[in-house]
Amino acid sequence: MSGAFSRRAVLAGVAATGLGASVRAAQAQASAPIKVGELNSYTRLAAFCIPYRNAMQLALDEINGKGGVLGRKLEFIIRDDGGTTGDATRVAEELVTRENVSMLVGTFLSNVGLAVADYANQRKMLFLASEPLSDAITMAQGNRYTFRVRPSTYMQTKMLVDAVKGKPVDRWAIVCPNYEYGQSAAANFKRLIKEANPKAEFVAEQYPALGRVDAGATVNALAQARPHGIFNALFGPDLPPFVREGNTRGLFEGKTVASLLTGEPEYLLPLGEETPEGWIVTGYPWEQITDAKHKAFVDAYRAKFNDTPRLGSLLGYVVVNMTKDLIEKAGGTDTEKMIATFEDMRFDTAIGPVTMRGIDHQSTHGAWVGETTLKGRAGAMRNWRYVDGASVMFPEAEVKAARKA
Amino acid sequence: MDLSFLVVQFLSGLASASSLFIISSGLTIVFGVTRIVNFAHGSLYMLGAYFAATLIPRLLDLSYGAPSFWAGVILSALAVGVLGVVMEVLLLRRIYRAPELFQLLATFGVVLVVQDVVLQAFGPQDILGPRAPGLRAPVEIMGRRFPSYELVLIAAGPVVLGLLWLLLHKTRFGVLVRAATQDREMVGALGVNQALLFTGTLFLGAFLAGLGGALQIPKAPATARMDLDIIAETFVVTVIGGMGSIPGAFLASLLIGQLQAFGILIFPKITLVLVFLLMALVLVVRPYGLLGRPEAPAGAHAAAFGTPLRPWSSTEKGIALVVLAALLALPLLGDVYLIKVATEILIFGLFAFSLHFLIGTGGLVSFGHAAYFGLGAYGAALALKHFGVPMELALPLAPIAAALGATLFGFFIVRLSGIYLAMLTLAAAQILYAVAFQWVEVTGGDNGLVGVWPAPWASTRLVYYYFTLAFAAAAVLGLRHVIYAPFGYTLRAARDSELRADAVGIDVRRHRWLAFILAGAVAGLAGGLYVFLKGSIDPSALSIPVSVDALTMLLLGGLQTVMGPLVGAAVLHSLKDQIMPLTELWRMMLGLSIIAMVLLFPKGLVGAFEAARERFAGGGR
Amino acid sequence: MTLLAVRGLCKTFGGVVAARDVSFEVALGELLALIGPNGAGKTTTFNMVGGQLAPDAGAVVLHSQEITDLAPREKFRRGIGRTFQIAQTFLSMTVAENVQMALISCAGETRAMASDARRLHREEALEILAPVGMAHAADRPCSTLAYGDVKRVELAIALASRPKLLLMDEPTAGMAPRERAALMELAASIARERRIGVLFTEHDMSAVFAHADRILVLVRGEIVAAGSPDEVRANPRVKEVYLGETGVAAAERARRAPP
Repeated sequence: MSGAFSRRAVLAGVAATGLGASVRAAQAQASAPIKVGELNSYTRLAAFCIPYRNAMQLALDEINGKGGVLGRKLEFIIRDDGGTTGDATRVAEELVTRENVSMLVGTFLSNVGLAVADYANQRKMLFLASEPLSDAITMAQGNRYTFRVRPSTYMQTKMLVDAVKGKPVDRWAIVCPNYEYGQSAAANFKRLIKEANPKAEFVAEQYPALGRVDAGATVNALAQARPHGIFNALFGPDLPPFVREGNTRGLFEGKTVASLLTGEPEYLLPLGEETPEGWIVTGYPWEQITDAKHKAFVDAYRAKFNDTPRLGSLLGYVVVNMTKDLIEKAGGTDTEKMIATFEDMRFDTAIGPVTMRGIDHQSTHGAWVGETTLKGRAGAMRNWRYVDGASVMFPEAEVKAARKA
Repeated sequence: MDLSFLVVQFLSGLASASSLFIISSGLTIVFGVTRIVNFAHGSLYMLGAYFAATLIPRLLDLSYGAPSFWAGVILSALAVGVLGVVMEVLLLRRIYRAPELFQLLATFGVVLVVQDVVLQAFGPQDILGPRAPGLRAPVEIMGRRFPSYELVLIAAGPVVLGLLWLLLHKTRFGVLVRAATQDREMVGALGVNQALLFTGTLFLGAFLAGLGGALQIPKAPATARMDLDIIAETFVVTVIGGMGSIPGAFLASLLIGQLQAFGILIFPKITLVLVFLLMALVLVVRPYGLLGRPEAPAGAHAAAFGTPLRPWSSTEKGIALVVLAALLALPLLGDVYLIKVATEILIFGLFAFSLHFLIGTGGLVSFGHAAYFGLGAYGAALALKHFGVPMELALPLAPIAAALGATLFGFFIVRLSGIYLAMLTLAAAQILYAVAFQWVEVTGGDNGLVGVWPAPWASTRLVYYYFTLAFAAAAVLGLRHVIYAPFGYTLRAARDSELRADAVGIDVRRHRWLAFILAGAVAGLAGGLYVFLKGSIDPSALSIPVSVDALTMLLLGGLQTVMGPLVGAAVLHSLKDQIMPLTELWRMMLGLSIIAMVLLFPKGLVGAFEAARERFAGGGR
Repeated sequence: MTLLAVRGLCKTFGGVVAARDVSFEVALGELLALIGPNGAGKTTTFNMVGGQLAPDAGAVVLHSQEITDLAPREKFRRGIGRTFQIAQTFLSMTVAENVQMALISCAGETRAMASDARRLHREEALEILAPVGMAHAADRPCSTLAYGDVKRVELAIALASRPKLLLMDEPTAGMAPRERAALMELAASIARERRIGVLFTEHDMSAVFAHADRILVLVRGEIVAAGSPDEVRANPRVKEVYLGETGVAAAERARRAPP
C-alpha cells in the first residue's frame, strides 16, 4: 500500500511541475484510443450545440468505421462547459489531467473560448476553437497553442461590406447587441465601410442589451435617423422581434440591409414566414450546395438524425475531420509536433479546401453571402456565393502588430 | 426631434410598460399575501410564452381568426395558473414560515428545474409564435406607422389593473387578499381557510405571469433564457412600486417603460444599468418603494438562529486539526485535478464563509454577494493587466477593491431591512454586472480579462493550492475570531433585536455597515484567489448564479453552524463536479437538491448531523 | 430634585391624535405610573421619551439637558434604560451574555475584534443578575427561559448601565399574576434603593396603586388627571372614563395591601 501511495505522490508531483505531458505519452499504449477533449455549452446553448455534437458523432462513426487514426480509435470526450469561464476552465483541467486528452476542441461563447485558449497557453495544450467568433482569439489574445476554424467577426463583416460597397448608400444606421461580438462587429463595419466609401456617415447607432431588445423603441429610433442602409448584428432571440417591428413599421423598405449571421439556419428557422426579403447576409444555404462531398455529408446527417443540418453541424463535422487529418499528418499527438504540422496545413473538407493560416492560426473556412428570401413559409438564401475565408482575412501586417504581445 | 417621433416612442414605452405591469402585478400579489418573493415567477412567464407559441398555431390551423388567437392566450395563461397551484401545494405551502432566504432559494430551485423541463419538452430552438389575426397591419399615427398589436397591449395594462381592482374590491376573495396583504396574522384570526386563500393567490399570480408571457408571443419568440431576463426586471418593478402594491407596480412599470424607450436615445449603451440605478435611487429616497409600506420585522428570522455560541469542544478542536492536516496532506493523496478542485472548494468556502458572516451573524440577507467576489477578482485582474502590478501586489488589492465597493453600496444597503435589503444587494450586484459587461474598454466586456496568472513561483497547482490554503485558513479563522469578539456579539445583538440593541446604546447601522465592508473584503480576497487560479475573469463572476451558489452552500451547511459554509462549499462543489459530466440535466438535479434541502434539512447538513448526534446521545433538552 | 421633565409633547398619526400637550416631571427615586385605556397614547408617549419616536412638538429634558431628538442609543448613554412591552432580549445569547453585551456597549468596546466577548465583564454581569434573581441561570440560553425570567433578564440589561431613569412599558404584561407582583416589587425596591427615577405604564391596577408614587391618567392622548394614588383614586372623572367599578375595587385592594 505504501508503494502505491508513494508512486501516486510522485506522479502528482511530476504532473504538478508541468512534466505531465511526457508521463502521459509514456503511459499511452499503442492500441488505446486517441482521446480528444471537447467542451461546449450543451445545456445553455442547446440549439446551437446539439446539432454540432450530432455531426461530430457522425464524423467519428465514419472515421472509426474506416479504422480510425494511425490504427487507433479516435475518441472525443464531450463535456458541458456550463457556459461560464469558471466552469469551462475546470472542465478543461479535468479533460487534461483526468482523461489525459491529447488536445482540446470546442467552445461557442467568445468569453469561454478566450478563457480556454488562455488556459491552453498556460498548460501548453493544443486548442482548436470551433465556434467562437471574437477576433481576439486569433489576434490580440492569440497564442501559439490556439487555432480557430470558424470565420471571425471581422471576416464575416468584411464579406458583407464587400457585398454592399457597390450600392449607393451613404447614410448608415447600426444596430448591434451590446457585448463584445456586437461592438466589434460595429467597429469593424464602420472602419471597413469608411475605407470603401469615404463619404459614408453613421446616422444612428443602437446597442440593445443582449437578449433584451426593446424592439419597438429601437426600430423607431433607427427610423427617426432616416438611414439609407442598416447594418445589423442582432441574432438569436433579439432578431425576430427586431424584424417583426421593422417589417410592421416599414423600417426596411427601400433600404439596403446588411446583416451578420442571419442566413444561418440557426436563425432563419425561427424567423419562418417573418424572414425579410432581400437582406444581404452571411449564412449557410445547405440545401442548395451541390458539391458532392457536401451533399454526402448532408444526406448522411439527415439519414442519421432525421433533422436538417445547421451551421453548427457543418462545423462539428469539419472539426472532427480536421482533427483526424492533423493527428494523422503529425504522426501522433505530441503537442509541439501537432502545432508545427497545423500551421499552414491544407485540409480537404466537406466544403472544399481549407488552410490553417500559420501567422494567426485562423482557418480559411469561409461563409456564404447572399440575400434572404421567403420560400413558402420558410426563410432561405438566394443569389448566394461562397466567399473563401482567405480573401477576407486580416492583413498580415495587422496580425503581426496585434499578436506581438 | 419632431413631435411625431416622440409620440411614437412614448407609445412604444407604454406598450412595454403594459407587458411589464401584467407580469409584475402577479409577483406583487403573491408577495403581498404569502410574503414569498417568487424567483420562479419568470419561469411561469416563460411557460406562458411556450404554451402560447405552441398552442396558438394549432388553434389557428383549426380556424383562422381572432377568437382562436385570444382563446389560445387565455388557455395558456390558465394552464400556467394551474401550474402555480401545483407549485403552491407541493412546495410553497411547506415554507411559508421559513426564513425568507430559504424561500428565495427554494423558488430558485424551481427556476433550475423548469429550465431543464422546458428544454426537454419544447426543444432547444427558439419558437416564434404567430402574429395576432386582424392586428397584422400597422396603424398610422401622426404620419408614422405603429403596430396595432402594441395599441392592444397599451390598453391591456390598464384593463388588467381595472379587473384586478374589481376583483380585490368587489369579491370576498379580493377582500381576503387585501386583508392578508395588510396583516397576515389577521387572516388567521378571522378563521379564513388560509390554504385555500394562498392557493387561489398563487393561481392568480401564475395566471398573470402566464398571460404576460402569452401576450408577448406576437412580439418576441419563446426562448429558454427569457425567465431570468424578465425576473430581474420584474423584481425591479415590484421593489420600485412597493412590494405588495398593485398601483405601485403600475406606476413603476410606466416609469421603466419610458426610461427604456427614451433611455436608448440618450444612453444607447448602458440600458442595463439605468433600470437598476433607478431602483437603487428610489430605495435610497423611499426605502419601501413608491407606494409600499414598511414591513413589520419578520419573526422567522430570530427563530432561525436560536442557540448561543459555544467555544469549540476538545472533540471539535480535534476535528478541525484533522481536517487541516488532511488539507495539508491532500496533494500527497490526489492527482493534479483533485488539487485544482480542492483549491476551488477552498476559495468558494471562503466566499461562502464571508456571506455566512453577513447573514448568520449580521442578519443581513444579501442576494448579491457575488458583487464583492467579482470586485475583488476584477480589482486584481485590472491591476495586473492595466498597470502591470505583479501578483504579490495585485492580490492584496482584491480585498481592498471589494471593501471600497462594499463601503459605497453598504452605506445605502444597511438603511433597509428584510426583503428590501436583499433586493438592494441584488441591484448593486446587477449594476456591477452591467458595468463589467458593457464597459468594454476597461473590463473587456463579456470577453473579460485573460492571462491573469500567478507569479512563476506560485504557478504550479501544488504551490497555488498551499498558497490558497494559507490565505483561506487565515481568513476563516480570523473571521471566526471576529464572530466571538465583541464586534460579532454586537452584530448578533442587532440581529436578535434591533430595538434592544438600540436601547443599550448600539449604533446598529454603523456596525452593520462595518460588517458589510468586512464581509465584502473577505469575499474580495476569495475573488482575487479565484482569478489567479482560473487565469481569467468575466462578468459571470458577478452574476446571480454565483450569489445563489454561495447561498446554497450556506443552506447546505446550515445557517446556525459557524463552520457549516465550508462543508456546504465542499458538498456543492463536489456535487457539481460529479453531476455535470454525468448528465445534461444537471441544472434539474441541482434545483431538486436545493428544494429537497429546504424541505428536509432546513438546518443544513451540519445542523442535521448535530441534531442526530444529540438524539443519539439521548440527552436532549 | 427633577430628573426628567417632559413639556408639551404632541404626536399625530395620519390625523389621529396620539398625544396632545403631554407634560410631566419625574424626580430622582420617584415611581411615576402612566395609565389609561387602550389606545390612550401611553406607548406613544413612552417611545417619545425613549427616542423610538420623534415628537411633532414638545421637549424632553433630562437633568436640565434637552434630549428630545436624540436616538435611543444616545439617550441610553445619557442614563436612560428601558424595557419593552414585549420583552426584547438577545435570544441567541445566554443570560449572562445579554448583560455582558450591554456592558460592552457601555464600555464602548462594540467594535473590538480581538478580545473574546464571553470573557468581558462577566463578573460584573453576574453581580447585576444577582438582585433580579437570575444569577443562577447565567449560562442558560435566553431562548429557553420562561417569559417571566426573560422579563427579569431584560430588567437586568436595562439596569446594566446604572441608569438614572428607567422606562418600563407594561413591565408585567404577559406574566402570571403571582410573578407580576414579584417583578413589580423587585423593580420598585431596586429603584428606591438606587434612587432611580422610574416611568412605567401598566394595565394591572393593583401593581400601579401599590407601587407608584404618582400617577398620570392619559385618555385619547391627553392627561386628564395627575397626582398621588389617593388623589387619582378619588378623582370622579377617572372613575368615569377609565377605572370603572372593577378598577376602583382593584385600587382599593391595593391600598390595603402592605407596601
